[in-house]
Amino acid sequence: MSFAAKKLITLIITLFIVSLLAFLAFQIIPGDPTTDLLGTEASQEARAALRAELGLDRPALVRYWDWLTSFLTGDMGESYNYRLPVSGLLGEKLVITGVLALMSFLFTIALSIPLGILAGSVRSPALDKLVAALDQVVMSVPPFFVGILVCYLFGTVLRVFVPGDFVSYTQDWGAFLSYLVLPALSMALPRVAMTVKMLRGSILSQLGEDYVRTARSRGLTRWAVLRRHVLKNALLPVITFLAVSAAEIMTSSIVIEQVFTIPGVGRLLLSSISNRDFPVVQAIVVILAAWIVAVNFVADLLYQAADPRIRLR
Amino acid sequence: MAELLSVRDLRVRFHRAAPGRCAVDGVSFSLEEGEILGLVGESGSGKTVTAMAVSGLLPRRQTEASGSVTLAGRELLHCTEAQLRAVQGSELAVVFQEPMTSLDPVRRIGPQVEESLRAHTRLSAGERRQRALEAMAQAELPDPEALCRKYPHELSGGMLQRVMIAAAIVSRPKLLLADEPTTALDVTIQAQILALLKKLNRETHMAILFISHDLHVVRKLCRRVAVMRRGRIVETDTAEALFRAPREDYTRQLIAAIPTRDRRLLPEEPGEEASL
Amino acid sequence: MRQQPKGNAFFYLGGAITLVMTLLILVGLVWTPYSPSAMDPAAMTCPPSPAHLLGTDNFGRDIFSRVLEGAGTSFLIAVGVVAIGCAAGTLIGALCGYFGGLPDLVLTRVCDAITAFPSFLLALVIVSVMGKGASNVVLALGILFIPSFARVVRGEFARCRDLNYIRSARLMGVGNVRILFCHILPNTRSVLLPALTIGFNNAILSEASMSYLGIGVQPTQPSLGSMLSDSQTYLGSAPWYALGVGGTMVLMILGFSLLSEGLQQRSRRSG
Repeated sequence: MSFAAKKLITLIITLFIVSLLAFLAFQIIPGDPTTDLLGTEASQEARAALRAELGLDRPALVRYWDWLTSFLTGDMGESYNYRLPVSGLLGEKLVITGVLALMSFLFTIALSIPLGILAGSVRSPALDKLVAALDQVVMSVPPFFVGILVCYLFGTVLRVFVPGDFVSYTQDWGAFLSYLVLPALSMALPRVAMTVKMLRGSILSQLGEDYVRTARSRGLTRWAVLRRHVLKNALLPVITFLAVSAAEIMTSSIVIEQVFTIPGVGRLLLSSISNRDFPVVQAIVVILAAWIVAVNFVADLLYQAADPRIRLR
Repeated sequence: MAELLSVRDLRVRFHRAAPGRCAVDGVSFSLEEGEILGLVGESGSGKTVTAMAVSGLLPRRQTEASGSVTLAGRELLHCTEAQLRAVQGSELAVVFQEPMTSLDPVRRIGPQVEESLRAHTRLSAGERRQRALEAMAQAELPDPEALCRKYPHELSGGMLQRVMIAAAIVSRPKLLLADEPTTALDVTIQAQILALLKKLNRETHMAILFISHDLHVVRKLCRRVAVMRRGRIVETDTAEALFRAPREDYTRQLIAAIPTRDRRLLPEEPGEEASL
Repeated sequence: MRQQPKGNAFFYLGGAITLVMTLLILVGLVWTPYSPSAMDPAAMTCPPSPAHLLGTDNFGRDIFSRVLEGAGTSFLIAVGVVAIGCAAGTLIGALCGYFGGLPDLVLTRVCDAITAFPSFLLALVIVSVMGKGASNVVLALGILFIPSFARVVRGEFARCRDLNYIRSARLMGVGNVRILFCHILPNTRSVLLPALTIGFNNAILSEASMSYLGIGVQPTQPSLGSMLSDSQTYLGSAPWYALGVGGTMVLMILGFSLLSEGLQQRSRRSG
């Protein structure tokens, strides 16, 4: 069986387990959603009727199966709070968060790979120390504090950015994207520092390998050795690391949306948690989990494509 | 015959070493065109550092080298990096001890074999490939076409060493520097590689500087042998003369040690080890 | 003592920062220059001055005192989280690594699955299910931190299990419990210490994120995260509020991450 097929089966099994766990987690909740919806004074009959309406009176596994099958057809249930289909609530917000995360991920790659290569290839003890120290400091700043600093610098001091002046893509794609640049950069910055540190370490350790000496013995310039041999080897561990980054960018977007008041999935998740609107929470958790599993799947495939040694296993 | 390689009063010192301790301490020898010279000594005797100096692979920041190394009249020890690179991989090629790690694990064999041509010639891709296939055939590799598409981890150590040799001879160098090329291989493969080197020397008139700790192996291959100890050459002679009537005690000990060649010959002295 | 490798400035700098911050926080637990909740109408939104080191907020409360209190909350939560994660993780990792077998296989897979997900997201879910509050945050994060400790400890125990000195201890009739905790555990120091410092940082960061979002500790109990959320409202009028709170958080995290970097460099060089 091919590597991809094997990984795909693992992917499906993982998704299945994750969705089951996400579903069951919300079955053991103390408290009763009917109390939240009807208030404490509601009669037993009214509650029973609502429970039947919400489908809460049937066994958990039956409900899981119904939920899963309808989830797969795009029906994610109905929000307790808004009495609207969850898919309708999520649609626009998923796009907003998705674009934000993607933008941030692209920034991470576009900034960290060149910087990492530069930091790994220049041999200067002073620069080494500077890069290492800068890395440590930037890595220590939580993304949402970066966001606050960015708001302060660009919003209050420079007055080139108005926090909260968000425009959705449904109105104006240009304004939408330009508003997302600073939030995306705030999330990317600590990630860039981590990736640079990782790539630099990876390049430095690869430079000590025997095949580098072989390449040099053939009269290749330092740059040619780096480009033709070292980079591909050094980027291998970075692929896995970037996959983790993609997953974490998704979660840090939950916080960054709050900092920059972007009405994305994160803010919906938070308000749903506060309102105990579990169908919404459940749907978001499953979608985020599916995203993370999918990213890891893609990373596995990329790694496999880049490292011939994996294919034998 | 014309002199190809000349090493005069070579001294190499590592910055980290104690003052006055040189890894290579005044080594002089020369090699004629088409000759095979063996350089033997136990580990730490400075033979590998000598090889690194000859091949221009000494880390310049960490070492201090004096004397001279000239290849076909060109100074290699005191020249710019660009001048050095022009010689490396074209007139001078190296085969290392560990074939398993000396090839890039994530690139196919083919491009690695033709890499010297890429760096030094303006041959087209097709011509380079042709030369690579020829070199691989010369190195007695079976089915070079299929081999080109394989990755290093798919081949055995002996095959990889042949690939390394093919990659070394692809640019038709005047000097092949073989640094313990058979040490990591088992005995039958060792013999095959030695036979291959001998054949290449005969057919292409390529000079070989063969470095080994193993006199037995050196005797099979080399006409002339230099014995190194503690950074100096203690004795140079033809292989037969050396075995028949060694002048130095140390050489005698080396010869006596052949049956159990892994035993340490001298008590270890601190600071004398210049391993790389 | 083996000779200290030079260039371990990270370790000493991180140690110094951590020491100063910890001392400040410990002092802050029993004494602050002003009462953190005392409002002074005469000194509203004052910039930093000798009287108020980090200035005052819009109610005239001393920010330095509030930061000390908030950092204390965050610090105690992080300590609790790491204590739960480390204790349970070490126990599980030790048993799995030493005895192996089916339980090891199952638990390792479970740990792998949990670590594949960002702990922050899972903690959000757990807190949303269990309710807000400091103790629930500690519990949720603590449980989620177990796998990361279990993994490193398991690896070390599995490695040590077959070493000769452990075998000879077994032959001499030393009991399993004693081997586990007296013979192997001390050897896991080199991997456990960096894991502790990294875990501590993750705990600070996760708690701060959760409190910032208002699903961590209760608003009555200020922590760095909830204060940062507060301060954002006054970014225009009192930027020193956000900078003071955020700067404190950065220093806490920086101290520990330098410490862990130094520890790792040290074990790389000696190991």
